[in-house]
Amino acid sequence: MALRPDLAKIAELVPEGTRVLDIGCGEGELMEVLRRERHVDVRGLEIDPELVEKCVSRGLSVVQGDADRDLAGYPDASYDVAILSQTLQTAERPDYMLDQLLRIGQTAFVSFPNFAYWRMRFALLFRGRMPVTRHLPVSWYETQNIHHVTVDDFRQLIADKGVTVEGSWFFAGGREISGGNANWRAEHAVYQLSR
Amino acid sequence: MATALASHLNAITLGAPLALDSGKVLADVTLAYETYGELDAEKSNAILICHALTGDQFVAKTHPLTGKPGWWERMVGPGKPIDTDRFHVICANVIGSCLGSTGPASMGPDGKPYGMSFPVITIRDMVRAQVALLDQLGIGSLHAVVGGSMGGMQALSFAANFPGRTDRVLAIATTARHSAQNIAFHEVGRQAIMADPDWKGGDYYAAEGNGPEKGLSVARMAAHITYLSEAGLTDKFGRRLQDREEKSFGFDADFQVESYLRYQGLAFTTRFDANSYLYITRAMDYFDLAEEHGGLLADAFRACGDTRFCVVSFDTDWLYPTAESRNVVHALNAVAAPVSFVELSAPYGHDSFLLECPALDRVIKGFVG
Repeated sequence: MALRPDLAKIAELVPEGTRVLDIGCGEGELMEVLRRERHVDVRGLEIDPELVEKCVSRGLSVVQGDADRDLAGYPDASYDVAILSQTLQTAERPDYMLDQLLRIGQTAFVSFPNFAYWRMRFALLFRGRMPVTRHLPVSWYETQNIHHVTVDDFRQLIADKGVTVEGSWFFAGGREISGGNANWRAEHAVYQLSR
Repeated sequence: MATALASHLNAITLGAPLALDSGKVLADVTLAYETYGELDAEKSNAILICHALTGDQFVAKTHPLTGKPGWWERMVGPGKPIDTDRFHVICANVIGSCLGSTGPASMGPDGKPYGMSFPVITIRDMVRAQVALLDQLGIGSLHAVVGGSMGGMQALSFAANFPGRTDRVLAIATTARHSAQNIAFHEVGRQAIMADPDWKGGDYYAAEGNGPEKGLSVARMAAHITYLSEAGLTDKFGRRLQDREEKSFGFDADFQVESYLRYQGLAFTTRFDANSYLYITRAMDYFDLAEEHGGLLADAFRACGDTRFCVVSFDTDWLYPTAESRNVVHALNAVAAPVSFVELSAPYGHDSFLLECPALDRVIKGFVG
């Protein structure tokens, strides 16, 4: 199974042989690729017990837990890389979660859907309704995405925090695109951060 | 009981006396054990299963006293999640117990049953005996050590005290220390046994009758409640009456749940020794893995290296609730051990690990590999 483009990008960027924590690892697709192709010592954190069960039955080391609460229990700098894919917008406090991420990992990868993507803006502007799209397919009342964020919002937050951006990558329509006007054009963003 | 058993027992006498946590030494220790599946030429496919408080080595064989199927036949056997076509499963009766391993009912050095002169043992002492067994069987490193409830305590203790002797540790429905509530329930059971006049200070083996059956039965009844969930009991019995249309306005077992507990209590006395119950519950109460390692649970696991852990809890288990498992997981995370943890949903309370729970089958199969 091919990885989602943001995950494939992260898999490509994680250095070989490192220690990695995948927060919100789902069924462990990225973990599996990292283990197999990048020879990485990878651990996962996932809130959904059925997904954790799938990970464990694939032989992956995954702890069922709530990132909002449980990241605090991980020691400082215990991982080379911390990955937070499509989970930031579900956090109770995304800003605190970023702090945890950069405390636990030497470097962090964060991917998130861009709420300022032009299709979103059009949906809101012309239909006047919260957008339901391929990447955000759930109605406002049942979505886990409680903190919608745009590329520019994210940039502002990391600037305010004084976090270093090691790199950024953008995606639309399942393909990587250039970073120009990303706040309009990108459906997804991946950032590599460090303190 | 002993004579009926003898012909069914596969036992080994440990080559050296066992030094215990109490400072005492237990000599001539016998361990009764069963194995399932073939040991490979490299002796690399052995899995040690540790049994719970009243369990035994008959994991996947008919129990010689009750005639019932092995206690984990649904999990262990050819093609089962712990596949005996691939793995060599070893399960030993813990010391202090009564299914052939040295315990309070065994003959002491004076030629009489130990009774209360049997030394108080700990979970770590049980594990020491099992490691001595592995040594004698020539098994250096295990593929996995697996246990639920008290078996899980042994699995954790095994990892902490004998790091490097197992590649995997699977601890199910368990805890790294007995809570005040856990100790309290056990104390009720012990006091019920000791209050039975037939207990005779533990020296009942030569006496007429079957020993403190009433006390042991009450102990089992109280403990059995802690193994089930409230919803499970309600589903199974509700307030339904037992073989009668109306309440008797007396103290018969009017309710089905009473009748069930009385039956469970009585049935237990035919297969278990009351003094063993005292000693093993004591061992569980004394269990505090952090205390053994200087007060910090993470320190217990510091030497575990690449050993992989899997911790499983059940959402309806109020005896060893999920918080206890999380406590273990946090300690393992703190030393960056490769650990998996999942809280499974099952309706049966603590006993869920012994009952139908397909998700547990999948987790065990996946983790054991």
